[in-house]
Amino acid sequence: MDFGLFFRRKQASKDIAKKRLQIVLIHDKTDISPQLAMRIKNDIIACISRYIDIDESALEIELTRLGESHRAKAALVANIPILGVKKK
Amino acid sequence: MSQVIVVTSGKGGVGKTTTTANLGTGLALKGKRVVLVDTDIGLRNLDVVMGLENRIVYDLVDVVEGTCRLKQALIRDKRYEGLMLLPAAQTRNKMDVNPEQMKTLMQELRDNFDYVIVDCPAGIEQGFVNAVAGADDAIIVTVPEVSAVRDADRIIGLLGANGLTSARLLINRYNQAMVKKGDMLDTADILDILGIRLLGIVPEDQAIVRSSNLGEPIVTTANPAGQAYQNVVKRMLGEDVPLAVSKDDTGFIARMRRIFSRNKGA
Repeated sequence: MDFGLFFRRKQASKDIAKKRLQIVLIHDKTDISPQLAMRIKNDIIACISRYIDIDESALEIELTRLGESHRAKAALVANIPILGVKKK
Repeated sequence: MSQVIVVTSGKGGVGKTTTTANLGTGLALKGKRVVLVDTDIGLRNLDVVMGLENRIVYDLVDVVEGTCRLKQALIRDKRYEGLMLLPAAQTRNKMDVNPEQMKTLMQELRDNFDYVIVDCPAGIEQGFVNAVAGADDAIIVTVPEVSAVRDADRIIGLLGANGLTSARLLINRYNQAMVKKGDMLDTADILDILGIRLLGIVPEDQAIVRSSNLGEPIVTTANPAGQAYQNVVKRMLGEDVPLAVSKDDTGFIARMRRIFSRNKGA
């Protein structure tokens, strides 16, 4: 058992720094501007809404990473709360 | 009366961005309307040091090119009333902006803020020329090392050629223990070489690393470097905060020793 973790009350600042850096670097490398991200989001909403009722206000799309360390690949992860399936 | 102050150094890695973040935050805590401007296009970092990297939508190049309005690019720092950030573009380069555009931008910022603090990139090329273009005052950051002091001297010359003759010096990462051993240039040495006014001395402080890890300026804390930045802010606002300039008289123990030795002598 890792007692260091057990007794450490707050997250170490270096771990916060590492997480922040990983996110910043993914954004730097993929170069998806916030404007482009907004357009992707709107297109996804439009597409999915044709089939399913979704909660647009709670929809989250973020750029994140899959895999470990420098070999990690950028990934778009979407959380789309479903309200109900549209009936034909 | 608004002021546009450029924070510059010539040499990289001496603490320009940290200084910009802390002086700006300190001024905002004193009730001033402050905007921090990152002019390091292509290598922006003021956003991460301030912990505002997730809130960037538009940047300085977007404003200059008319892609968005100034207000759309300004990021409000919700932690400190009156503080805003204008981030640099990350995927463009310094040549995408010219000094005339910077002058226009600075004028618009001047109308909306009490202090415009401009974080200058390292070097003396286009990025430097852009950063100083609209400035009416400068803070030169250096550390007590020969390379940094030499570059500071070069920068003082270039600023003078741009009409910025009132620049003041901030000595960063000052290590009193090393100074005492005679292994580090002291304040008097540096001022003697550079011949400019001193704005402040910020001690070397490990808490700085933690503060940038978290994206929280150290000026809000009681750490030695935080206290030093608070003193610099007070001086910028015209308060008379004493500076320790001569050799070996900065630390508490040194001061006590001086008092006692003086009494002995009397």
